Amino acid sequence: MRVTLQVWRQANTDARGEFKTYQVDDIKEDMSFLEMLDVLNERLTIQGEEPITFDSDCREGICGTCGVMVNGQAHGPEAATATCQLHMRSFQDGDTITVEPWRAGAFPVLKDLMVDRAAFDEIIASGGFISVPTGSAPDANLIPVPKSVAEAAMDAAACIGCAACVAACPNSAANLFTAAKVAQLNMLPQGQPERWDRVLNMVETMESYFGSCTNHGECEKACPKSISIDFIAIMNRDYVKAKFKNRRLVSQQG
Amino acid sequence: MTMTLDSKIPDGPISDKWENHKFSMKLVNPNNKRKFNVLVVGTGLGGAAAAASLAELGYNVDVFTYHDSPRRAHSIAAQGGINAAKNYHGDGDSIFRLFYDTVKGGDFRSREANVHRLAEVSVDIIDQATAQGVPFAREYGGLLDNRSFGGAQVSRTFYARGQTGQQLLLGAYSSLMRQVGLGTVKLHTKIEMLDVVVKDGRAVGIVTRDLVNGEIRSWSGHAVVLATGGYSNVYYLSTNAMYCNATAAWRAHRRGAAFANPCYTQIHPTCIPQSDEFQSKLTLMSESLRNDGRIWVPKNPDDTRRARDIPESERDYYLERIYPSFGNLAPRDVSSRAAKRAVDAGNGVGPLKNGVYLDFADAISRLGHDKVEERYSNLFEMYERITDENPYETPMRIYPAPHYTMGGLWVDYNLMTTVPGLYAIGEANFSDHGANRLGASALMQGLADGYFVLPYTIGDYLAGWLNTPVVPTDDPAFAAVEDETKERVAGFLASRGTRTVDDFHRQLGRLVWDYCGMSRDESGLDKAISEIPALYEEFKSDVKVLGTGDSLNQTLEKAGRVDDFFQLATLMCVDARHREESCGGHFREEYQTEDGEALRDDENYAYVAAWEWTGDISNPVLHKEDLEFENVKLATRSYK
Ligand SMILES: Cc1cc2nc3c(=O)[nH]c(=O)nc-3n(C[C@H](O)[C@H](O)[C@H](O)COP(=O)(O)OP(=O)(O)OC[C@H]3O[C@@H](n4cnc5c(N)ncnc54)[C@H](O)[C@@H]3O)c2cc1C
Ligand code: FES
Repeated sequence: MRVTLQVWRQANTDARGEFKTYQVDDIKEDMSFLEMLDVLNERLTIQGEEPITFDSDCREGICGTCGVMVNGQAHGPEAATATCQLHMRSFQDGDTITVEPWRAGAFPVLKDLMVDRAAFDEIIASGGFISVPTGSAPDANLIPVPKSVAEAAMDAAACIGCAACVAACPNSAANLFTAAKVAQLNMLPQGQPERWDRVLNMVETMESYFGSCTNHGECEKACPKSISIDFIAIMNRDYVKAKFKNRRLVSQQG
Repeated sequence: MTMTLDSKIPDGPISDKWENHKFSMKLVNPNNKRKFNVLVVGTGLGGAAAAASLAELGYNVDVFTYHDSPRRAHSIAAQGGINAAKNYHGDGDSIFRLFYDTVKGGDFRSREANVHRLAEVSVDIIDQATAQGVPFAREYGGLLDNRSFGGAQVSRTFYARGQTGQQLLLGAYSSLMRQVGLGTVKLHTKIEMLDVVVKDGRAVGIVTRDLVNGEIRSWSGHAVVLATGGYSNVYYLSTNAMYCNATAAWRAHRRGAAFANPCYTQIHPTCIPQSDEFQSKLTLMSESLRNDGRIWVPKNPDDTRRARDIPESERDYYLERIYPSFGNLAPRDVSSRAAKRAVDAGNGVGPLKNGVYLDFADAISRLGHDKVEERYSNLFEMYERITDENPYETPMRIYPAPHYTMGGLWVDYNLMTTVPGLYAIGEANFSDHGANRLGASALMQGLADGYFVLPYTIGDYLAGWLNTPVVPTDDPAFAAVEDETKERVAGFLASRGTRTVDDFHRQLGRLVWDYCGMSRDESGLDKAISEIPALYEEFKSDVKVLGTGDSLNQTLEKAGRVDDFFQLATLMCVDARHREESCGGHFREEYQTEDGEALRDDENYAYVAAWEWTGDISNPVLHKEDLEFENVKLATRSYK
């Protein structure tokens, strides 16, 4: 098959970017979308044009490295599918496809389709953990965890940190990403001691980089792992409670 | 010869060695730990666990990764699970049994003392991960669930759905990020290590390239830890992530670190076959599918009918035919080789005739559609997403693919390479799996090394350097390596040839796969040993890398990695050529039993082959570490 690509090219963070058009002939339906870009890149190199920069690694939807806007949709047209799992059979012969990087203030474009998502690491560093120095853990079966709780924690923990949620959100909010980690740890018995500090610190760090959530729900639709926005409700509930608890503590000390 | 291999295996009975060793090692007093700077390269299970644990102990840590976040390391992709001798199910598991299974599974080519320690600390890993909030699968009573995995007769594999590696890595990553937040670890992302700096015979730092702006600079430390993963991507097509490469290990090798058993590579039998020549990555399908699927190919190589239309009498269920007792559950290496024979004979299936069928029709009629769906729905869905074929209706197509590398940097019992102060952990070292790794044991080893071994053993070395400042990065030793690195990078840009990096990598991969893949023989290896260096010369003069060195340039990054793969590939073939026996993943056609099983030669080859770099890629020097088996009796693996 044959497609026309309109690809965002930008030399570096400070440069001005623009769309460039490429004809890609002779590709197969069974190729993945990123393999199609690989093929284009080899052809460009032979022609003497610098290949298109894009990030990807595992190519099986688990590492969260890949991710571009395809025709305005984060990770493209298929539901619950990361860009690396998208195949050319999702397009028609002769289609024109627009390919852009994630667009969000917190994610500067490094080059072409690659962005810097370091802000996500900052959110985790502010509280996305349980403080348990190596070697200090009790026997794993000491604290039974109800199966339903473990399953719900796993649903949240499935987040791959690709940032499609931010890219899809009209406000560039990172609530789904943050909530997935808050909810995973705050639901588990092991996460209780740091529950209130965790949610406060993570939400505040999140707000320093990202926009506010106004419940559009676009994040859930774009998520390649179908992480539920119900986790945002859990985070919000814990955040309000934590604020209240802290105020009470402050007034007790006061 | 200046290199000596001292394994530093502690004295005493196997079960006391690690305890005794921990007691006899030198310690660094807690207040002194902050005076030491440790450089950790890699943030997979090994690196993230080590960096976090070292920082918790009080060391200053710098951690490096070429990814944009530590959480992207290839460990994230592991599906199946992690072994541990918890014996939670009371089915007779024990540290000794896990130790025994691992030594035997490794076809008696690993070091007993290391493997025993691995089995000992396996139990602590599960405690640690659970406390971090890793959502392992649980039973209705709330306790941890286990499944069984190849090579074991007990249930000792812990798992988190089909995403065990992801969850363990995110656990280690969370501990790492806590330390980053506390300021005890400095995190350097999108930074690639390109060389090790050795001064007065010990590692004093590294040289890196900033992948965003191209800056080449030095970092100094009291010790350097490489946790940089395996080298399956030397084959071009493998189940490893696209960026996985051997540069860190290879550059360390060139600076004096011996490379052990490079020819021990593992081929996984159930992967989705390549769909076209531009495919760059293969996907693994869990081996559990072989419990219910039947493997076959059409008897007639020219059969063009759809699978369903081929009558039973014209199908060859070759595993069931050749291995009647094990059938479709024949071990990884045996079933991989049988598939290769079928495809090589022209009986392959699919558009490129490069696969064999894995058929669930019988299972569906025996168990019912619902039962099969319950067992395998996520795998079937993953398969359909990639191939657009529905495994309920038409058999899956599978083919073996490179998956894991047992070989790696030689390390002693303390995980130190032959360069003092330079350590290697996780898949990057050779230590625990011998000639074959059992399923669910790589995650265990990476975390064992990172959480529970290295943080202790490194103190023994560091204690000797108390109050010695790090070598400053303006020392001539650093300047020399920086200059060499700059020259090397500039060389790729200057060559202005006609062929792409991937084009060369594909050709190299093909050679290594054909001659040093699932099965090897003398004449093929001889051919590879002459063809690979010749192709390498072509690569150096004819590779085409566009763009500049002082900007983000993915082709330039890849050129350096492929350059190192060429050199490593040659060493793999030299190693495979010299080892005139078959063991584990190393199968030499000349050395097999009548049933086609691997024929070991314990008399002559019960040693670790550790190679020393000489500057001539085809003529390294061999050093041998003899292996002694005092606790597990040498025996032939059997599947009868
Ligand atoms: C598809 C698949 C499934 C698997 N399933 C299982 C399983 O179920 N159970 C099991 O036990 N094992 C499994 N394995 C094997 C296991 O996942 C790996 O062996 C293990 O995770 C390796 O961990 P590591 O920490 O050594 O390296 P990796 O996770 O590969 O990490 C390497 C790190 O080093 C960094 N790095 C490398 N080179 C450089 C450099 N030059 N400069 C800077 N940074 C660098 C990378 O950025 C990365 O952070 C599987 C492997 C594959 C491919
Ligand atoms: S490349 Fe890993 S999720 Fe797409």
